[in-house]
Amino acid sequence: MALTAIEIYKYLPKTNCKDCGFPTCLAFAMKLAQKGADLSACKHVSEESKVALDAASRPPIRLVSIGKDGRKVEVGNEVAMFRHEKTFYHAPGLLLRVKDSEPLDKVARDIAAVDSYKVERVGIQLSWNGVAIQSNGGGKDAFLACVKQTASHPELALVLMSEDPEVIAAALSDPKVAERRPLIYAATAANWQKMAALAKEKKCPLAVRADSLEALSDLTEKVAQAGIEDIVLDPGTRDFSDSLNALTQVRRLALKKSFRSLGYPVITFPGEKAKSQEEEVLLATQHIARYAGVIVLDHFSPTVAYPLLTARLNIYTDPQKPLQMQAGVYPFGKPDQASPLLVTTNFSLTYFSVSSEIESSGFPTWLMVVDTEGQSVLTSWASGKFDAERIAKASKTFKVEEKIGHRSLVIPGAVAVLRGDLEGEFPEWKIMVGPREAVGIGPFLKQNWAK
Amino acid sequence: MAKVETPVEKWRGRVQEVRLGGDGRKSVVLGGESTLPFLHFDGEVPHRPVVAVEVLDMPPADWAGSVMSAWGDVVKSPVTWAKKAAEHGADLIFLRLASAHPEQGNTNGAQAAKTVSQVLAAVDIPLIVVGADVAEKDNEVIVAVAEAARGQRLALGTVTDKNYKTIVATAMAGGHAVVAQAPMDMNLSKQLNILCCDMGLPKDSLIMDPTTGALGYGMEYAVSVYERLRLAALQGDSMTAMPILSHAGYEAWRQKEAKATEGVPAAWGDPTLRALLWEQMTAMTLLQSGADIMVLRHPRSVEVVRGVIDQLMAH
Repeated sequence: MALTAIEIYKYLPKTNCKDCGFPTCLAFAMKLAQKGADLSACKHVSEESKVALDAASRPPIRLVSIGKDGRKVEVGNEVAMFRHEKTFYHAPGLLLRVKDSEPLDKVARDIAAVDSYKVERVGIQLSWNGVAIQSNGGGKDAFLACVKQTASHPELALVLMSEDPEVIAAALSDPKVAERRPLIYAATAANWQKMAALAKEKKCPLAVRADSLEALSDLTEKVAQAGIEDIVLDPGTRDFSDSLNALTQVRRLALKKSFRSLGYPVITFPGEKAKSQEEEVLLATQHIARYAGVIVLDHFSPTVAYPLLTARLNIYTDPQKPLQMQAGVYPFGKPDQASPLLVTTNFSLTYFSVSSEIESSGFPTWLMVVDTEGQSVLTSWASGKFDAERIAKASKTFKVEEKIGHRSLVIPGAVAVLRGDLEGEFPEWKIMVGPREAVGIGPFLKQNWAK
Repeated sequence: MAKVETPVEKWRGRVQEVRLGGDGRKSVVLGGESTLPFLHFDGEVPHRPVVAVEVLDMPPADWAGSVMSAWGDVVKSPVTWAKKAAEHGADLIFLRLASAHPEQGNTNGAQAAKTVSQVLAAVDIPLIVVGADVAEKDNEVIVAVAEAARGQRLALGTVTDKNYKTIVATAMAGGHAVVAQAPMDMNLSKQLNILCCDMGLPKDSLIMDPTTGALGYGMEYAVSVYERLRLAALQGDSMTAMPILSHAGYEAWRQKEAKATEGVPAAWGDPTLRALLWEQMTAMTLLQSGADIMVLRHPRSVEVVRGVIDQLMAH
């Protein structure tokens, strides 16, 4: 959390010597708080103060990147326990774990499936982030053979999973693998020195695993002292209750107690103890809602991929900035002067629900999208942002009368009450009340317009 | 090794307890939490969140195919349906008097009273009974139901700011609780709670329905409303401290992802599992945000969600 000027001032000499170029220490502190000056301008601040100020001005949860470009996972740097407090900033990575004990052709197929999967939702292309390769008792060669399968999928973020530093080192000895900045999983009490040295040499982020928060914070302190900044935590919890407790406590400790040694993003494995496909997905859903940074599942299919991507998009939408469309008149098919004119709001979800039904109907149609600051039909009507006056204004702004020869307007069924007012704003127009649900648009158009 | 002090919050308030059923019928107690959902290290979670199965008093006209085939013939009667739901592990039955709607049969108070009595006789779990969301009709049928079910401690609904007096009064007279619905806004929920309590409804007889958004269709709005309500309750605001009822079933199953089996992108995958996940993931997320009653439609979801609640309550 950023320090205030007063908090910074406490660490300064308070002599007002002006050597820093500012008239008083308080003035310098105010500039520092705005990030408009550097602490090094003060030659008299003590070493302890320097260390304390540096520690306090770092974000409470380290921002860690896994991978480069493409599907890079960038997580951490959160400030909230609840999205409504501000927002959740960095959506968790979704990855698939493959094991080197599986047949190689299955591994290849799974990796390809993750790489090629794309789905669109509210106009946004969504995809998973990458794969985790786990060494599962097959030794170096089996592991390397699996890692090699990722070579033709350079966009995917990678996690290299083994507790044997020799196996990880073998994989990282290939510069093409190392430069992808894979997450090394994991440092433990038994192997941390070698793992930390490897992570430092290859400039990769390092996961740290222990079975209690005490052991975990102890280990991260050691790893941090060895020069590793990009750490990912695994508190070892694998079920609903334990992982909820651990992730909540880690988030609280980082945000509310400035507990630096747990101030890192968390990795989870929802499939490991799950008793069914549904349970794996539901635990992953819990992890999306409650504080995970990297979520590694054990099963991948479009059926589980799409809902998880949707959940992630939902939870990580900034509450202050609902997804919105540009207001205007959108043509569908090749509409002409005789084509119907529909009106709706600029909330993305509303727009895409309506537009997909218009598209399915095959009817050439004009859709006028009114700026309601991203609110849905009912919400914006209730808050006074979607009314006859605004609709009339929009139709003038977008010169609707030049696009159509008829004078009919179809309004969403949910705001049928606007009809009277609209007849006032649009004298001589025919105001038609459309269906309440978008799915009724196709049949409505069919019934009311000769093609 | 440095000691890590478990970061426990000092909450001032708790969620109100509300009992349904009892006196010869199974009792379900909702609420009572002194912390956020399932955080046993942080406070008390004395009562597990419960699963209600949505049952209509007439065969549904436009429900998703896979829900209909999962239930089969039992949907022909709310009695057989409720029995089957109880067998599948329902903690409560959420009975919707859909046939009372003027365009669906326009059944009257006497019919509603008879239906409810039959369902009460068929199961030993508590009932939530709501009308067809038409104010005058609802008032007529719910009054009849409240009288016929005196002593059974139902929850009656749906109370809204535009129609609350009759249902609240009849609930008070019959010793029932009330479900009060507000449109996805914590202040509107609070206002409605105040209106009900100002009439003399005891705080232990009120359940909030803050409205539900399905996965992909408003879920995050519901997440934030539920969380804000729960936080206010824990900070001592007794007018936001009622247990929360959530409709993952109703909301998830009306979405394209749950209903459509063709004409959708290949990237959406298998329609059967996808539809189940749509309901279950909505339920899961909203349970994490503070739902105390989760109303579901598919029997498989009842099983899976109760299994997850079991695990979240184990400590």
